[in-house]
Amino acid sequence: MKRIDRSETVRTGFHQAKWDEPIIYELSTSGERGILVGEPEQVIAGEMAGAKAVPGCMRRKSRVNLPEMSQSRVLRHYSRLAQQTLGADVNIEIGQGTCTVKYSPKVNDRIADSIRDMHPLQPAESAQGILRIFSETEQYLAAISGMDRFTFQPGGGSQGIFTMASVIRAYFKDKGEDRDEIITTIYSHPSDAAAPAVAGFNIIYLQPDPVTGLPDIEQLKAACSERTAAYIVANPEDTGVYNGHVKEFVDYVHSIGGLCAYDQANANGLLGVTRARDAGFDVCFFNLHKTFGAPHGCGGPACGATGVQSELVKYLPAPLVGYDGKKYYLDYETPSSPLGVRKIREWYGVSEVVLKTWCWIRSLGPEGLYQVAKTSVVNNNYLFKKLMELPEVTCYYQDGNNQRVEQARYSLENLEKETGIGTGDIQRRMMDFGMHYWTSHHPYYLPEPMTLEPTETPSKKDIDEYIETLKYVFREARENPEIIRTAPHRSVTHQVDESSMDDPEKWALTWKVYCRKYQ
Amino acid sequence: MKGFDSHPYIPDSVPEIQEEMLREIGVASLDDLHKNVPELLTLKEALDIPAAFPSEMALRREADRILSRNADCGKYINFLGAGCWQHYVPAICDEVNCKGEFLTAYGGEPYNDEGRFQALFEYESMVAELVGMDVVNVPTMDWAQAAATSISMAQRITGRSEILIPEYVDPQKVDIISNYTEAALNIRRVKCGPDGMTDLSDLAAKTGADTIGVYFENPGYLGVIEEHGQEIAGMMHDSGALSIVGVDPISLGVLEAPAEYGADIVCGDLQPLGIHMYYGGGQSGFMATRDEERFVMEFPSRLFGIAPTSEPGEYGFGDVAYDRTSFGHLRDKAKEYVGTQTALWGITAGVYLATMGPAGMEEVGNIIMANAQYAASRLATVPGVKVDPFGSVFFKEFVVDFSDTGKTVAEINKALLSRGIFGGKDISGEFPALGQAALYCVTEIHTREDIDELVLALKKIVA
Repeated sequence: MKRIDRSETVRTGFHQAKWDEPIIYELSTSGERGILVGEPEQVIAGEMAGAKAVPGCMRRKSRVNLPEMSQSRVLRHYSRLAQQTLGADVNIEIGQGTCTVKYSPKVNDRIADSIRDMHPLQPAESAQGILRIFSETEQYLAAISGMDRFTFQPGGGSQGIFTMASVIRAYFKDKGEDRDEIITTIYSHPSDAAAPAVAGFNIIYLQPDPVTGLPDIEQLKAACSERTAAYIVANPEDTGVYNGHVKEFVDYVHSIGGLCAYDQANANGLLGVTRARDAGFDVCFFNLHKTFGAPHGCGGPACGATGVQSELVKYLPAPLVGYDGKKYYLDYETPSSPLGVRKIREWYGVSEVVLKTWCWIRSLGPEGLYQVAKTSVVNNNYLFKKLMELPEVTCYYQDGNNQRVEQARYSLENLEKETGIGTGDIQRRMMDFGMHYWTSHHPYYLPEPMTLEPTETPSKKDIDEYIETLKYVFREARENPEIIRTAPHRSVTHQVDESSMDDPEKWALTWKVYCRKYQ
Repeated sequence: MKGFDSHPYIPDSVPEIQEEMLREIGVASLDDLHKNVPELLTLKEALDIPAAFPSEMALRREADRILSRNADCGKYINFLGAGCWQHYVPAICDEVNCKGEFLTAYGGEPYNDEGRFQALFEYESMVAELVGMDVVNVPTMDWAQAAATSISMAQRITGRSEILIPEYVDPQKVDIISNYTEAALNIRRVKCGPDGMTDLSDLAAKTGADTIGVYFENPGYLGVIEEHGQEIAGMMHDSGALSIVGVDPISLGVLEAPAEYGADIVCGDLQPLGIHMYYGGGQSGFMATRDEERFVMEFPSRLFGIAPTSEPGEYGFGDVAYDRTSFGHLRDKAKEYVGTQTALWGITAGVYLATMGPAGMEEVGNIIMANAQYAASRLATVPGVKVDPFGSVFFKEFVVDFSDTGKTVAEINKALLSRGIFGGKDISGEFPALGQAALYCVTEIHTREDIDELVLALKKIVA
């Protein structure tokens, strides 16, 4: 036998699991069942009417049209769908820029299992363990950000932004000031504009400086007025460039009576390096499901923990978790301003995500968090250096001084001009190698954008594999562009015909509608 | 500050590797990174958080030690509900939502995350059948957010300014709706009658040209099955308004689908469908409408649709009308906002519904109602205790009035706690007119012994 050559690092033999799995309704067989539910106990059944008591007008007339499947067949179906999903556990997560997709430690998931059967209304004395976790996690986030208090109610980053906007609104209402404008930037997350708009604010965008890509202080000054409630910004923004003048922006907004809110969704490269409050921010949020290692869950459950400086604590949604030296308790007094936010999410937040965050922080400690930040920046700058050596890849806002932090937005405009292959084509082809690849938020402000964020999780070898794969695909763009245009070929499905997606006559949002429209 | 070398979660913290990478980048040390962070903003001291546990085992040991100070509804007999309910979670639900591929996926495309798209499309399809609608969203945060967004959608559809909400709705939900919709509309409360249902004459009196519609729940917050769904919808439709109905989805194997009594938008919480309570972390909101453009285009959520691919015979998936969402081109001009919410619980609810099937959903509804009726009938034998002051049919929750026992609910619940029982939610502060009242929740997980033990304990406590 000859030794097998595995020196090639690009997975040209990859094929994602593809089961040709039917829609679950197509798997239904009349009479099969997935679980035995039982019946009311004999004494109860004898005495009680059960569902027969439902008034006629409210009684269900026919059985719910659900699939009828034995348990093994349900499990097999979902196991196959899981295999057809490229979670972070199975691929090298570099391609989902801005999403901070990192390793989620399994031990944290197992620890979180232990609060499965806790009811949010059980008395505080019976919940001292989880309340301590809330309290300590809040202290850790306060240390990391410099803020005074945190709420865990927001169930994701966008709801964190909405919470920040709600706190800002409450603050000015309390002061009797009618300020209805929020200033943000085009490279901050779309929700930095969309969520405050729901809270009633008009949104003003700052355009980037064409050389540095950073917001321009003169533009900020021109945008500021007595209408300005707040400046909401990410730093670094999606470009991965840190605005070193951020404090001047914050100071200026404060000088005209506004507040400053920090979208810290991009905090991964800054843990233990610099703090929101030190730059003067009044409010910020962290994505515990991103930066703090809790899994993303296909898009939640999650937590956008939102912190404020002392003046704003009374406007936070209630309750906070207090500690009187002996016991932990739900504190409705501290955040009790009559004009405050009162409530963002039911009860206290996504407790299992808070618990996983506690575990993650305690697994790393201050030195580990610093290592997370530094290594995510090392990984990103290593990737950046290697990619900038490729003729296909360019990057805007390189004034010779801009070092990327934890992510970078690149441009493939050279490749597109030369070959006609654009960033959307590369995205589809990268899937043929088991790789995610992300373009940009919409609208694209840069031509043919590519946004990559390695985090601290991949190894150098993993990053090299990602780079080699990109190079391989770029080569294909010249030598065999058709294979890219028609990609993906080795993913679960081929190119989706999206022509129905914006057509009310043709779209099919559920199986019943599909069956009705396409007989 | 010194970093943490060779940490198991950070492969490139191996010093030799890191040095090699730094050389490649062209910087001498970790200090040369973050060069755009000015000195003034650079943190000089180590973060004030405890040192790392020396091992995974030590983390586990300490976490277990701290969490052992919790009691839970496995150890205690639980009668708390009020929006987070203890139901049986089939093992298969945990099996699926713990699969790493689902647990750690995020925002991939419908090609390599096809399974995530299909699983959520199927969840949409099954919940649509449950509520009698055509369109269901990729889930939002919780029921309260789903209600707030349903109301906001109705506001945009009607172009009107006032939503009517009956008196007996969870106050924390009203707070959430109120904060969320403050900039867009007014909330006006409608009385409930002595039967616990929406007072139709008050509703009629308050319905006018500004009325967006009504948001009511069935079963209501205090457990009562609302019998006038059709009349309420008719009243709204006659005045050009909409009927928005909040439901407990586990009731819908035995209760009528809201679309059948005229609902225009349905919302609710998926948590009863195979999701653990997680101290409030299992909530997951859904919304549903008919397949009409004027409704669909007002959803802020992602909506996954099915479509053909370039390969004959192959299903593909994608985002329907993506540009309505704030992920599209419109940003602040989009429909509200979207972001990370509770997708994993949507998949889980789908697993639950497929596992239960039509028979299971009907059976579980019947068991829940029978157990709740049994509990109510036994509690009525406790001296001084009045059960179900509304006298209406309830699903799994009902009000218990302890006023005539001479004890407060707080005192009674404290005494129950010492006997290993979580008594019903104290609602004497929320609804003082109902007296020293508690909201009890009984489901399929309760045995006759559990209920008899509660009754026995109460008899001793009030004696």
